Amino acid sequence: MTKGAAVASIEFKRVEKRYADSPPTVPGLDLHIRDGEFMVLVGPSGCGKSTTLRMIAGLESVTSGELWIGDRLVNDLPPAARDVAMVFQNYALYPHMTVFDNMAFGLRVRKQPESLIKSKVEQAAETLGLADLLGRKPGQLSGGQCQRVALGRAIVRDPQVFLFDEPLSNLDAELRVQMRGNIGRLHREFATTSVYVTHDQVEAMTLGARIAILNRGELMQVGTPMELYNDPDNVFVAGFMGSPPMNIVPVQNRGVGLKNSLLDLPRTDLDGLAGELLLGIRPEKLCPAVGAPDHWPRLRAAVEMVETLGAEMLVHLGDGRERMIARLPGLQLLTPGQTLELALDPDAIYLFDTQNQRRIRAVQPIAVAEPC
Amino acid sequence: MALTRFAGAFGVQIGSPADLCPSYAKGDAMNAIVGWAKRSVPIRPTRVGRILRDICSWRFALLLFAGLIVIYPLLWVVSLAFSGQQALQLVELPEGAGFWQQLAALVPLPQQWSLDNFRAVLTEQPFMRWLFNSLVVALSTTVVGLGLSCTAAYAFSRFKFPGRERGLMLFLISQMFPAVLMLIPLYVIVVQWLGLGNTWLGLVLVYAITALPFCVWMLKGYFDTLPYEIEESALLEGASRFTIFYKIILPLARPAIAVTGLFSFMTAWNEFILASIFMDDESRYTVPVGLRFFVSDYASEWGFFAAGSILVSIPVILLFLALQRFLVSGLSAGAVKG
Repeated sequence: MTKGAAVASIEFKRVEKRYADSPPTVPGLDLHIRDGEFMVLVGPSGCGKSTTLRMIAGLESVTSGELWIGDRLVNDLPPAARDVAMVFQNYALYPHMTVFDNMAFGLRVRKQPESLIKSKVEQAAETLGLADLLGRKPGQLSGGQCQRVALGRAIVRDPQVFLFDEPLSNLDAELRVQMRGNIGRLHREFATTSVYVTHDQVEAMTLGARIAILNRGELMQVGTPMELYNDPDNVFVAGFMGSPPMNIVPVQNRGVGLKNSLLDLPRTDLDGLAGELLLGIRPEKLCPAVGAPDHWPRLRAAVEMVETLGAEMLVHLGDGRERMIARLPGLQLLTPGQTLELALDPDAIYLFDTQNQRRIRAVQPIAVAEPC
Repeated sequence: MALTRFAGAFGVQIGSPADLCPSYAKGDAMNAIVGWAKRSVPIRPTRVGRILRDICSWRFALLLFAGLIVIYPLLWVVSLAFSGQQALQLVELPEGAGFWQQLAALVPLPQQWSLDNFRAVLTEQPFMRWLFNSLVVALSTTVVGLGLSCTAAYAFSRFKFPGRERGLMLFLISQMFPAVLMLIPLYVIVVQWLGLGNTWLGLVLVYAITALPFCVWMLKGYFDTLPYEIEESALLEGASRFTIFYKIILPLARPAIAVTGLFSFMTAWNEFILASIFMDDESRYTVPVGLRFFVSDYASEWGFFAAGSILVSIPVILLFLALQRFLVSGLSAGAVKG
């Protein structure tokens, strides 16, 4: 079912979207989505990711710039002519039609022969496990089933591009994991270019071949999930990826080391950097002091709160001024108020500029993928 | 005179149920005794007890009174229609009739039951003709009105165009004036300019258009509640605006369309003043105008009038029954976003 010659890459060239006189929702986006790629747009609400998706669909106009799908400039192309299919957050099924009619609607509008429609719909229903539900109406289906019908409606049309607008937000946690699997499997099977919008970074990490992180309409970084996790370009990406997010605390650069009320890191390679810096360290790089290498700097802080997750626990630490979260093995018994001594992997720190929030790449973390 | 008698007779009736019913006190005493025996279990009055208590409350008396006020005139019409006579009086009162005789005269029951009035209305009078006129006018009004208001309401609900807000506001403002104000302008436009006096078309146009503001607001309110993503989804699937409107929006808006259609139909079916002014020719009368014909300066055929009124109500009642299930969902729709 893979599209043969039709290359359906998507290219944003300085694409801007603004409504009336308000500041632009998307102030000028450059993004290339490759043919057959699964691209996830992720960011907090109001970051312009849905607007970006809707511009691809043609449901929002492009204010300026160029938007290409394959070799076609689609700025002024109506949605119907773009050959894209979209799955909506609230399913957007036609409530008065049966599942079969819902999935057949697009094909019927395009005047396909009824025999072809029947075989396509039945095949899609088989793939999605909807074969027994074809005669039902959406009102008689569960949320997960509705979303599968919406998926089916998209795949029967065999479009050049799939668009997903937070399709799993209305489902409960268990179903979400299951549907995530379904969507991933479908993409491997059809290998159609897909753009997926979500605010959930777990969804983004698990589904995306590449992830584009947006904030206030600006593209913060594009990359594979591991690139974004291990090599964030700026404070926003560092703080967005990972759960709990990276600890980011202000530190003083004294030339011989980094220091704040919690930390004291001897470093000699920081000449020429500003006096005020932001230090980032992942929660899993803070380890119990006992058993940590001797040269790792220690830090002592009071336990503010403990979130027990079973195999591990998230310990919130603070000294009144700075706060950090450590991900520790869930073996010890900790009570709030108790003082804890932790060791910090000095090679796993990230430094950011306080002013422009960008990463200072002069300092690279070394042991990136190794938890303690 | 009849009214004071009626009120007097009634005063006795409303006074009584409340006085006669000490079941409240009785119930309380019972509760107290049983409660004393089984203190921990709260006593619930039995079903019959509850019904008795409800019947004897002042609320019930009030409802009964209000109900009678509504139903009493209807009962009179029914009795008149089935009395077989033309007179407004059902019972001949002798000179110096006593209180009970006067009271009995108030009860709307004919001395003998007969279908003569119905038979006469349907055969001797051009009633069937009028009924047909009304039906044509009301149905056409509904079709034309719904056609115009559905499309207009959809545009108001979904499209952004200059004058959208103002148009909606103007529709509202037009509803603030009494309809009689438009009588003369409408007469001038429809009869003198367009020459549509004495025609069905004239009436249909006027009815459909005067009902338009209400219909548009009603339908727009409902269209607003339909999620726009459904249409966007259809748009992406290649459906045209008209296909979306026809295949998706209209079927989904059935409750609102039913209510609006019913409203249009009833407006046209019951309207009297415009029809009486536009229609000069007796064969062109609609039913309300024709009914007036029975009780004019020259005639007082109240029996025919009553029988005709009942015949007129039947289609509306049937329509209401048929559309009942839409009414609740339709009227409340648009009020709360689902």
